[in-house]
Amino acid sequence: MDFVRPDSIEAAVAALQADGAACLAGGATLVAMMNADLVAPDRLVSLRDVAALREAVRRPDGTVVVGAMRRHRETAEETDLRAGQRVLSDAAAQIANPPVRNMGTIGGSCAFADPAADYPPALVAADARFALIGAEGRRTVPAGDFFLDWYETALKPGELIEAVVIPPAPAGTVGSYTKLARVAGDFAIASVALVLGMDGGACTHLAVAVGACGPAPVRRRDIEADLIGGGLGDAEIRRLTDALAEAFDPVDDVRASADYRRRVAPRMVRRAIVEAQQRMSETP
Amino acid sequence: MTGEPVTLRVNGAERPVAAVAPWTTLLTVLRDELGLTGAKRGCNQGVCGACTVTIDGEPVRSCLSLALNCADRDIVTVEGLVPAGAPAGALAPVQQALAEGNAVQCGFCTPGLLISAHALLRRNAPLTVDEVRAGLSGNLCRCSGYKKIVEAVARASEARP
Repeated sequence: MDFVRPDSIEAAVAALQADGAACLAGGATLVAMMNADLVAPDRLVSLRDVAALREAVRRPDGTVVVGAMRRHRETAEETDLRAGQRVLSDAAAQIANPPVRNMGTIGGSCAFADPAADYPPALVAADARFALIGAEGRRTVPAGDFFLDWYETALKPGELIEAVVIPPAPAGTVGSYTKLARVAGDFAIASVALVLGMDGGACTHLAVAVGACGPAPVRRRDIEADLIGGGLGDAEIRRLTDALAEAFDPVDDVRASADYRRRVAPRMVRRAIVEAQQRMSETP
Repeated sequence: MTGEPVTLRVNGAERPVAAVAPWTTLLTVLRDELGLTGAKRGCNQGVCGACTVTIDGEPVRSCLSLALNCADRDIVTVEGLVPAGAPAGALAPVQQALAEGNAVQCGFCTPGLLISAHALLRRNAPLTVDEVRAGLSGNLCRCSGYKKIVEAVARASEARP
């Protein structure tokens, strides 16, 4: 195993082309895997000194570009994330605990792609895009196409995440992330990322992504599109939760049974939508 | 041991280490090379918090930090909470608070907990019990002696000038 610490994105990409090379971001997942003898990369490419990866930038149109090395604590405190974009900061604030949030990065967490992690559903609900860079140049992948399967992403060998791009959320939308876990800071039993906009009782924006209920976040854009323009009462919410439940593919694990996940997640979606509507009606 | 030389800045002192392999964690170097055995190896997975140290002032897991990635950083372990040159037996305020509150049982979690509590107490306002709990949520005490720990840290936050 060798260890390199490039100081530019170009040098990092070049170093990553070696067989068996892996990026070292915050270490919160990769080093834990190494300590458990689950992985042993031939080369570690530390991204510590690539300054550009550590920044978050808000563009004039409200798009927020979050560098891959941005740590969970920074994203949790990111004031540039506004309205429905808050779904991401809300998720970041619920990852693990303070010392791990001081280390772990959005790029590292997403590249690991644990289906019970907090960023994947938040990013899918936020309609985020991944900015990737490799030897053949840059490309962009929507979050919904990035998380493919258990610990599997659209990243190709020799490619790294440069940034996560959060599009502006329409004014007046709200974003929330709700996690059910055994104890605070654990991975999710199930989680719900919501971005919602309402105008005079009519739904103007709806995005719901459910985490830990399948190999990738579950979202039903077809039903969401049908519900735009109408009210969001019991029947409408039921339509969405039924459709989501059809798409769930949960597993039994140490945290909960698949059956429990199927029962609890639709209720979490319902509660998230009802509570978001209540909050919006209270704040004119 | 194979590897490359690295110099770590620990508790204010430059500490050269002759050979560090890429996979070697900061925790291993602290304990096995530098003789600083305050930080403990509990889970080695970043979950338990017994290995917590500060890097550039922020509490992090030394078991998830690779030593070669810690060059040019300021590392503080529990041994560094009391300034160099203080009289023998001197305690930092956070250590004094835990001692007075009888907030130590087996002691295995205590070094990491002190680091998290010390960082928490750098904030200026008195801390509520909920804030202390959230701040210390990354440090597990398997004796489950949380009540006295939380009370001691909350008291320490009120007692500050």
